[in-house]
Amino acid sequence: MSRAALLVLADGRFPAGGHAHSGGAEAAVKAGRVTGAASLEAFCRGRLHTSGLVAAALAAAAALGVDPAALDEAADARTPSPALRIAARRLGRQMMRAARATWPHPELDALARRFPKGAHQPVVLGLTARAAGLAAEDAAYCSAYEGISGPATATVRLLSLDPFDATAVLARLVPDLDRVAREAVAAARRAAEEGPEALPAASAPLLEIGAEAHAAWPVRLFAS
Amino acid sequence: MTVDLAPRGRTRPGSGAGLRATARAVACADGRGGTALPVLDGEGPLALRRTRSTGPAARVTLVGAMSGPLGGDHLTVEVAAREGAALRIGSAAATLALPGQARETARYDVRLTVAEGAELHWLPEQLISVCDSDLRVTTRAEVAAGGRLVLREEQVLGRTGEAPGRLTSRLTVRYAQAPLLDQELSCGPGAPGGWDGPAVLAGYGALGQLIVVRPEFERHKPQAAPLGEWGALTPLAGPGVLVTVVAPDALRVRRMLDEALRDLT
Amino acid sequence: MHLDHSHDGPAAVSADAVRPDGRRRALRIGLGGPVGSGKTATVAALCHALRAELSLAVVTNDIYTREDAEFLLREAVLPTERITAVETGACPHTAIRDDISANLEAVEDLEDEVGPLDLILVESGGDNLTATFSKGLVDAQIFVIDVAGGDDIPRKGGPGVTTADLLVVNKTDLAPHVGSDLARMAADAKAQRAELPVIFQSLRSEEGVGPVAAWVREQYAAWTASA
Repeated sequence: MSRAALLVLADGRFPAGGHAHSGGAEAAVKAGRVTGAASLEAFCRGRLHTSGLVAAALAAAAALGVDPAALDEAADARTPSPALRIAARRLGRQMMRAARATWPHPELDALARRFPKGAHQPVVLGLTARAAGLAAEDAAYCSAYEGISGPATATVRLLSLDPFDATAVLARLVPDLDRVAREAVAAARRAAEEGPEALPAASAPLLEIGAEAHAAWPVRLFAS
Repeated sequence: MTVDLAPRGRTRPGSGAGLRATARAVACADGRGGTALPVLDGEGPLALRRTRSTGPAARVTLVGAMSGPLGGDHLTVEVAAREGAALRIGSAAATLALPGQARETARYDVRLTVAEGAELHWLPEQLISVCDSDLRVTTRAEVAAGGRLVLREEQVLGRTGEAPGRLTSRLTVRYAQAPLLDQELSCGPGAPGGWDGPAVLAGYGALGQLIVVRPEFERHKPQAAPLGEWGALTPLAGPGVLVTVVAPDALRVRRMLDEALRDLT
Repeated sequence: MHLDHSHDGPAAVSADAVRPDGRRRALRIGLGGPVGSGKTATVAALCHALRAELSLAVVTNDIYTREDAEFLLREAVLPTERITAVETGACPHTAIRDDISANLEAVEDLEDEVGPLDLILVESGGDNLTATFSKGLVDAQIFVIDVAGGDDIPRKGGPGVTTADLLVVNKTDLAPHVGSDLARMAADAKAQRAELPVIFQSLRSEEGVGPVAAWVREQYAAWTASA
């Protein structure tokens, strides 16, 4: 394996559709809950330890070779908001397209056949990491990081937030990223033994509620 | 509206170790269109009382005979609705998670099983996470294909004007042996960062979830809908609907869940 | 058990001319250009002009998401199911050039759901002069500018003006009112684009979108001939 593949996969320019999603930041900005760097940091920290942890664990489990269809079912159960399930599948399909063009692999082909309209994005991301020869830990880091870099980038656009401040927020979350990636890999290893129910199910009620409000807006900049 | 069940009259097997208690209820069809309760056993602080009901469903009230879970306690409630049974369970008062002398995590596990053609309503009063308490709740409902479940959970973070304790609450619902809903909320001091921030609870002190599982939802489910500023009705991937509400106080949470329940049933 | 997906075969990985089922896909033409230059009006006029002879669909990429799609719906140029709006996260140029995945899903879904299609028009959100479509997304692109945006735009150049397969200078009827010199614009465009075509258009004139529609027909004929 080559660790360098992680740089390609985790690059914000990897063409898998992430730029059009705010990870709930657009709804939080509109609701007045994210207004600057401090509240962005609290938002990202909460997201990281909830849906971010779940996504990272799903990705790590897929990278370990846990049955992606079972992981997809586990992701559905951990995503009550249909708007978020739709976004996750849409992003999964876009990730799949990029993955098959960059790291062709029969397991990716099989998952694409099974879910032509897209599996949950973290599952596809984890399998992509596997196809690229990366480890479960790499998949967890990549998923956890994009779960906060997306909202940070979106907030720069939505609030005209100073991009240096937004990047400093991400840097301050590094210890939390380490912790979440570690927990995610440990849970993924348990899931490989005991089944997907061993995966974390940490939830963020306001992300779910905000996603449904956002989906009902007639005008928005981001897809989710 | 809450009853503060202080630990008076409480007997403990030892000073440090917590208390273990299990309450069990089994409901089955009585053969005359009603529901019988062949098992209705309480233990320690958990007591179950059959209450008067109109209609075919049996009604049971969970009574906190002593106090809510204290640090180190491990309480379990097991309820089974067998084929053709209809059972509605509520509780007499809110449950208080209290700090114990032991300063250990308390556990409260609820196990619900619903057979084909059975219906179970699990509608307890709020769980109040009192300052300095530490409680881990797991609620697990296993619904067979063709079973029906209505389940409500409400958490209140601290008594009025008080900081909350540590609370972790996992809710797992399975339908026809497949996962339908799996969620865990962690809040209070020592919870992973950001729990009271803008992505999770945004400083709100009360939240509630209502889940309705019904075989008819395989074919047709209510559409997703935001419920004002604080809530949402979300059809799940399987035959269930979840209503989630986050609000400044328990009363508003209950009002919104009651309204949603009326619309859904 | 909760996975109600019923499509067969994996989605195409790239902009292959052949769909997974073996049929040739629709010709895709992109329309880009600055805000307010008349992209959406041109798309609407093209739909009117071509819908009787070609099976058409439209993908919009507006900054304000569904607004362009709603304009097309209000104008009733195509049935609802033939118009898809793609959200771009406030970066329309990213969605048509750097990360085209959402647009590729949109064109493929349109072919799956309302196909077979002959032509899909992909409209960019209003953007600056540097925005161009990826060749992975479209087969040909039209860049729409207008006389009111300043008659020095062709002289300034930029990738859109210089490299688009067709440059449309729109709203020529306004030229006398805004003091734009059409002859100068034509000369500058010629200097920037050499042999690439330029069409001066006023949708209010009798000719309307006719010349642009004729150019699209030529592209379609070449596309089918190359099969």
